[in-house]
Amino acid sequence: MTASAVAQRRAPASTVGARRHLALIAIAIAAVAVAVTLSLSFGSRPVSVPEIIDGLASWLRGQTPTELGPLAVQKRIPRTVLALMAGAALALSGALMQAITRNPIADPGILGVNTGASLFVVCGIAFFGISSAFQYLGLALLGAMVAALFVYVVGSIGAGGATPIKLALAGAATAAALSSVVSAILLPRANAMNEFRFWQVGGVAGANWSTMATIAPLIAVAAAVALASASSLNALALGDDVAVGLGVKVGRTRAIAALAGVSLCAAVTAAAGPIGFVGLMVPHVVRLAAGPDQRWLLPLSALGGAVLLTLADTIGRVIGYPGEVEAGIVTAFVGAPVLVIIARRTRMRAL
Amino acid sequence: MAVATVSPASSPTSPTFDDHVARVRAGRLKRSHRATFAVVALLAFLVALIFAMLMLGNTIYPVSDVLAVIGGEDVPGASFAVGTLRIPRAITGALAGMAFGIAGTTFQTMLRNPLASPDVIGITSGASAAAMLGLVGLHWSTSATMFFALVAGVATAAAIYLMARSGESTGGRLILIGIGIGAMLDSVVAFLVQRAAEWDVAVAMRWLTGSLNGSRMEAVPPLAISILVLLPVVVSLSRDLNALELGDASATALGVRVDRSRILLVLAAVALACFATATTGPIAFVAFLAGPIAARFVGPGVSLVIPAALTGACLVLAADLLGQFAFDTKFPVGVITGILGAPYLLLLLVRNSRRGGSS
Repeated sequence: MTASAVAQRRAPASTVGARRHLALIAIAIAAVAVAVTLSLSFGSRPVSVPEIIDGLASWLRGQTPTELGPLAVQKRIPRTVLALMAGAALALSGALMQAITRNPIADPGILGVNTGASLFVVCGIAFFGISSAFQYLGLALLGAMVAALFVYVVGSIGAGGATPIKLALAGAATAAALSSVVSAILLPRANAMNEFRFWQVGGVAGANWSTMATIAPLIAVAAAVALASASSLNALALGDDVAVGLGVKVGRTRAIAALAGVSLCAAVTAAAGPIGFVGLMVPHVVRLAAGPDQRWLLPLSALGGAVLLTLADTIGRVIGYPGEVEAGIVTAFVGAPVLVIIARRTRMRAL
Repeated sequence: MAVATVSPASSPTSPTFDDHVARVRAGRLKRSHRATFAVVALLAFLVALIFAMLMLGNTIYPVSDVLAVIGGEDVPGASFAVGTLRIPRAITGALAGMAFGIAGTTFQTMLRNPLASPDVIGITSGASAAAMLGLVGLHWSTSATMFFALVAGVATAAAIYLMARSGESTGGRLILIGIGIGAMLDSVVAFLVQRAAEWDVAVAMRWLTGSLNGSRMEAVPPLAISILVLLPVVVSLSRDLNALELGDASATALGVRVDRSRILLVLAAVALACFATATTGPIAFVAFLAGPIAARFVGPGVSLVIPAALTGACLVLAADLLGQFAFDTKFPVGVITGILGAPYLLLLLVRNSRRGGSS
């Protein structure tokens, strides 16, 4: 609504922009549909389109099909849903962090958020014997938040604020420190080590509805908050002084958006384990196509992230056949080159 | 301090040129005295630690027995415990610490950032990923795995360096790209560990944290030779290294062939880090801590290469002694250095950022 109002007030160029943005949204939704179809059809048993429709239809009616094809499709529904949800949340989180820090490489993985979540989960497994999804979630959330806050504060002390290199180093160094604490806790405990090594690789293969139901409300609220703060974030992009001049409460906007961003990636880390680079690369690709306007960038990033993670999961199933390669590994392999490209292109200071 | 407060402009009788020369010379002499003293002290501490490593264990042997074993005499019991178990462990630890220390301080000085040691910027991740592949994926022998880790580490560093090379401000870009590549390789490690058979996991984790357990005399010569060959290279380039710390432009103006010096230094440092990683696994934070700690001992204005090497060796041995004897569980050395290093790391992060750091 605000978008169209602003578009009307501005020169015809913005109208063209709005049309282009709507077209991009349509393309992104189509891509989501394609990704979902691919995700449902590939795996250790390939299925045909009628079987997909059959499987979905019987799933909607709450039936368990007797034939193998539709049954396989039904088995792939939870992980597809989790991939969509997690991908959208991660990309949105990355876009938010990049907007708040005005830093091109802000990403939950690079900022050490995942290691923070790991540490808390490991402490839970080793010292308190936690096993329920809800406990995992709570601890991972807490750990992710503590680590993100810590890395950001440490990375932004001093001249120039949170420059890409300072943030990245603070994140990498914190991750290194935390992971040696993790191994100190794990080494004497063979059981915990065994449980942890499966959590340590991020993926959506173990998706189940109860975990998703636990994180869905948090993701929904955080995403709504993020989208609502889009126009204030646009003002932040002009620099703090200009933003204050435009009537934006800079500190509050930043705090709210940061909380939303960290909650999003922490929720995903709790449910799917550490998945890196989605939050880093999706907003960059979207920015190339749609420009820097947060009101379009945020929703498009969410759609793009959903597509990316669903495809990554599908690709992992295809190249790992007859087993599978976890989505988190696929995204790392796609994402690291993107980071290299960003590092080569940007001037090193700020966005 | 006094030197800084007396400024020539404010003093009534402006000091002559000779006064300045004398003062600079005195300062230099003072700094080099301090550095010499620090190096001797570090060396003495290292020898003490080595003796502690040789004497302590399930059975504690007196110095006389240890000296007898080193001298080649046959002492019942001690010959096996000290000669076969403890000497390789102590030597491997000291050499690996030296290699990590030299590599770390070289990177930190060259990239002008105390956080940019090879373990933080992803170079040892390449060696780790290769070693995991060899150990738990392909079940290669230890020596084949070590060689593979070495090659992979050097290849990783070369890839990072080449990708970071074009255009200006190579240092910052090198750090960013290194961290990205490191994250990618770490996911490979996690993947391999997850796929590993359950009985391999403990071995893999122990290696990944860095450990002196199972050190054997056969692994010592490659590491020792690499230090003997590469330490002189780094030391001879240390003047260039100090100039590089001023930035590429200033270094060029001072007559340093920036690219050539940098490539040689990177190669030497990476090779050292990878030899050490291949032998003991990535012992966390030794490369990162050795330089800054050594700098505190020797003070400003002198080359850090040799002090950092000694500090690295002391760190590894002291941490290994702690890991072996201080707790109920025997922890591998890497866990101890990792946990001890963490608070220092935080301090350094904050102080470095406050000073402005490298952008």
